[in-house]
Amino acid sequence: MADTTVSASTVEKKRINPQIENFKNVWRKLRQNRLAMAGGFLIIFFCVAAVVGPWLTSNDPNMPNVSDRLQGPSGEYWFGTDHHGRDIFTRLVHGMSITLRIGISSVIVGGTVGVFLGIISGYYGGRIDAVIMRSMDVLLAFPSILLALGIVAVLGGSITNVIIAIAIFSIPVFARIVRGSTLAVRKLEYIDAVRALGASDARIIFLHILPNIVSPIIVQATLFIATAVLSATGLSFLGLGATPPTPEWGAMLADGRNYMWDHPHIALFPGLAIALVVLAFNLFGDGVRDALDPKLKS
Amino acid sequence: MTTDLLKVRNLKQYFPIKGGILGRKVNDVKAVDDISFEVKAGETLSIVGESGCGKSTTGRAILRLDEPTSGEVEFDGKDLLALSKKDMRKMRKNLQIIFQDPYASINPRQTVRQILSEAMNIQGVVPKDKQEDRIKELMDTVGLGPHQIDRFPHEFSGGQRQRIGIARALSVDPQMIICDESVSALDVSIQAQVLNLLKKLQKELDLTYLFISHDLGVVRHISDRVLVMYLGKIVEIADKKSLFDNPKHPYTKTLLSAIPVPDPTVKKEQIILKGDVPSPIDPPSGCRFHTRCPFATDKCKNEDPELRTNDDLMASGHRAACHYIEEIESGEMQPHE
Repeated sequence: MADTTVSASTVEKKRINPQIENFKNVWRKLRQNRLAMAGGFLIIFFCVAAVVGPWLTSNDPNMPNVSDRLQGPSGEYWFGTDHHGRDIFTRLVHGMSITLRIGISSVIVGGTVGVFLGIISGYYGGRIDAVIMRSMDVLLAFPSILLALGIVAVLGGSITNVIIAIAIFSIPVFARIVRGSTLAVRKLEYIDAVRALGASDARIIFLHILPNIVSPIIVQATLFIATAVLSATGLSFLGLGATPPTPEWGAMLADGRNYMWDHPHIALFPGLAIALVVLAFNLFGDGVRDALDPKLKS
Repeated sequence: MTTDLLKVRNLKQYFPIKGGILGRKVNDVKAVDDISFEVKAGETLSIVGESGCGKSTTGRAILRLDEPTSGEVEFDGKDLLALSKKDMRKMRKNLQIIFQDPYASINPRQTVRQILSEAMNIQGVVPKDKQEDRIKELMDTVGLGPHQIDRFPHEFSGGQRQRIGIARALSVDPQMIICDESVSALDVSIQAQVLNLLKKLQKELDLTYLFISHDLGVVRHISDRVLVMYLGKIVEIADKKSLFDNPKHPYTKTLLSAIPVPDPTVKKEQIILKGDVPSPIDPPSGCRFHTRCPFATDKCKNEDPELRTNDDLMASGHRAACHYIEEIESGEMQPHE
């Protein structure tokens, strides 16, 4: 009797959920990758700063202060002031949430639509596939920033419209990757087995295909946030995104352009901030990809 | 006289080959080309043939896992190919399949409980509160212990996984199961266990099997009747005894001569075919076997032989597709070279 309980408990210990086990493996690999961890910590830092930062800064991000205009970095104004005398540091901190919001929501919107189209395309194939993928090709044929420019120009400049524009040009990127993965998973015998049991297409797609293709989606999403941030700031830089006086980083960079020679700090700090965010997401995304798919690493 | 549970009429499965700039159909792979047969309730009909002869394709076409090009598949009086997708989903309860590779045919992310309860939920055969008992009962039927219910596939051996596959097929109470090379991937000792399990289940649950295999030893063990395919066509069909003792088609004879005999003193006449199986894209005219048949004549090149019987030479139900059954039997025709 005692023997059976012992063996039962050892059996209990050995039982591992492959999903949790898989996640642990990925996490272990990710932790060993210093660059990815650095990127990850930067992302966390930016997120915390975006939420908490505006409560901690004492200056008003949008209130002009003509007497203090164009000052260099100092104890009072850490990153100096711009041509309206606004504190650049405060503006950067307030702009953080805008940047992250654009990056993350455009990926969520574009990713959702792209994943849906890609799965439909890969699962059904044939004419549906041809129609969807050809329209994706059309979208991809435009240079992405030009497409975003066009969309914002039509819809009008606002942060929401920037999100929509970036989401639209991210759709084909996700659709292509998801279609490829779906094609690979669809051919597996266990998909045929559930089909032979009478499972509906929706059940097969959401319960059996989607869970098996999340890895490439996660990688693409992380990496695309960087692209989205870059494009969003680019649009604002060109004057098509956020409207003044919103402390959007691209717009701040554009403001600094006129004072590049005499007061380079106005453009320097927003530029650095953009570069850091993009770098953080790129490093972390690369790390996630290496951890999820060791075969790609070479 | 037992009734026919499954009737296949003129089943064709062509896979288009696309090519050229516009991706137009250039040709077809004629994987299954106009075959007809029936499976009687409660029997095991085996389909044998070498790789690429269309045996698995036939199984998949019957289940509509690939939509057949044309033909009729009548199951229990209903034409499966005429059913809507929705009705077909309901119909699938009666017709199940067990796959070849137990490592590929089970979702690695699901436990045994999830796999079996999903099957029951899809068809709504067992109410939720009774599922646990039913799952344990099924596991017991296929020889798995109830303590293994929450285990994942990677915690099982190949033979045990195949048992999970069998339990999944049984979970919806099917009338008929298509076994697509179901024991080919298992090693020999496990093969025997699984085959005996399948036989036991057939007796207990009154199942009908369509057993697809290339292994003649396995086929001899499990079948009631055997159907031999070559390049998408049926060359011979007969009850097991007639087919193994009295093969009539030259191809069947060759196939049977390849079974090793576990006795080194027995001198067996081995027929070795020349050349490869021709491509199913442009199959040979007339009898498809004529390019490799030692008895082939001009008639074989031009005329497609029908499946036929000869009451003097063959048992009832034994049919072969050869022009020269009688001539070969009487020795009037001798193999060339």
